[in-house]
Amino acid sequence: MTYTAWIILTAALVGLSCGLIGVFLILRKTAMMADAISHTVLLGIVIAFIITREVSGMYMVIGGILAGLLTAYLVQWLHSLEVQHDASMGIVFTTLFAIGVILIATSAGNAHLDVQHALMGEITFIPFQTISLPLLGDIPQATAMLGIVFLVVLFFIIAFYKEWKITSFDPALAASVGIPVLLMHYLFMSLVSVTTVASFDAVGAIMVVAMLITPAASAYLWSDRVSVMLVLSSLFGVVSAVVGYLIAAWIDTSISGSMAFATGLVFLISFLFSPTHGWIAKYVRPKQRGYVKE
Amino acid sequence: MTEQVLTVENLAAAYRKNTVLHDIHFTVNAGSLTGIVGPNGAGKSTLIKTILGLHPALSGKVSFFQSTYEKAKRKIGYVPQRGSVDWDFPTTALDVVTMGLYGQIGWFKWPSRFHKAKAYESLEKMGMADYANRQISQLSGGQQQRVFLARALVQNAEIYFMDEPLAGVDAATERAIMAILKELKAAGKTVMVVHHDLQTVRDYFDHVLLLNRTVIQYGKTDHVFTKENIARTYGGNMRWMGVENQDGLPSIQQ
Repeated sequence: MTYTAWIILTAALVGLSCGLIGVFLILRKTAMMADAISHTVLLGIVIAFIITREVSGMYMVIGGILAGLLTAYLVQWLHSLEVQHDASMGIVFTTLFAIGVILIATSAGNAHLDVQHALMGEITFIPFQTISLPLLGDIPQATAMLGIVFLVVLFFIIAFYKEWKITSFDPALAASVGIPVLLMHYLFMSLVSVTTVASFDAVGAIMVVAMLITPAASAYLWSDRVSVMLVLSSLFGVVSAVVGYLIAAWIDTSISGSMAFATGLVFLISFLFSPTHGWIAKYVRPKQRGYVKE
Repeated sequence: MTEQVLTVENLAAAYRKNTVLHDIHFTVNAGSLTGIVGPNGAGKSTLIKTILGLHPALSGKVSFFQSTYEKAKRKIGYVPQRGSVDWDFPTTALDVVTMGLYGQIGWFKWPSRFHKAKAYESLEKMGMADYANRQISQLSGGQQQRVFLARALVQNAEIYFMDEPLAGVDAATERAIMAILKELKAAGKTVMVVHHDLQTVRDYFDHVLLLNRTVIQYGKTDHVFTKENIARTYGGNMRWMGVENQDGLPSIQQ
């Protein structure tokens, strides 16, 4: 495959995984947890690097999951101590992120790991770092990791589809019919962390938030079913990634920045033109509601 | 002797540092239809949530069918307050009702046609069959409440806890819901309903639980739902309309 094809494939995988995860971030009203986790996984990655002294996908994923879970747990814990939910999120993630930044500067300074890179990602370098896999041959390391993560995310979304749905819609009912709501919450936060870590190299901590939230928020405007929303959201993710790359190539600018910008465009189009929730639809056609005639 | 389906002993619960419920004792027999009545902030919703383990208990013991909650889970149905969920959630009425079966379906399985049929049947019972595929935000408040009731029915539980099912619904829905509750009772099921309208208590419930942070009194409506007990529950700030009438219609002065 060509250099460009690898980049587009990698970006598309980011769009797919983030699109799927994003749907439940939106439905569970925890979109900003993505922001928090996308920053704190940095700490996990740095600590994994300090312990193992190598920039390896596997250790980074483990470090990222642990950091993500720690974030979710600390946010819950602070919240239970009467700190407001958004405030506890702000406290936890900035603190953990700051520790990560300090550690990079002091202990990991001369490694292939710097703050700029962590925040913005660098998808242009991805095709140069390859690993050999049986059957597939030489493929970029980050792409392989994203492929695996996409399959893992897809598996968990499908396997626990009804559990995700019920715990998002009505956690009290879910608990009363015997579904472990808290366990599902932490499992979900682990998936968010895994997706974030895998997308880290490609788009960085800031842009991954755009990929997680915006395609899903756009899909929400087009659909009245969770299943349709999942399909649309991953589609929007892929479209944003590809369009973003093309924009970047065209005007020669930051790839991750262009991708995030493209997600914004998708949202703007959805917001204006969605037939059900769109801004124009509201004016063209008054909202129809079918109440029982009483 | 009638079967004891729910026994609550010495239950207490708190929100943060404020004790909301204390010294709660009562026993509910099978086939009763109980209205849980008390002023705002009396802990009615908290009582249900604590009994169901959705809110931590400070102390006390709750047993269902002389057994633990865990073992009796399948026999318990819960209808949360309508306002507790997001009705903009992208799902249909039929889907929401099917959720009542998720516990029975089990892990790694998807709802089958059989489950969908059961859910549809239950919607039909609530007069909502025509709205099965409607997105839930397009339903009126009363219709949403019927969907919640249908979801409880599909669980086919033995004991139901309902949090204000009649709050803010239209008259037709209120009649439909009460008809179902009486049907459940006739089928030997036990129903506990948080209720806020004192004027309908006598018509609707055969048992009353008067609650204000603790159980003021629990028992048959005829014995318990007296002026004195109501006044004790509401702190005496009562104004009685139609004083001559034994079944006077109380209202509360805020």
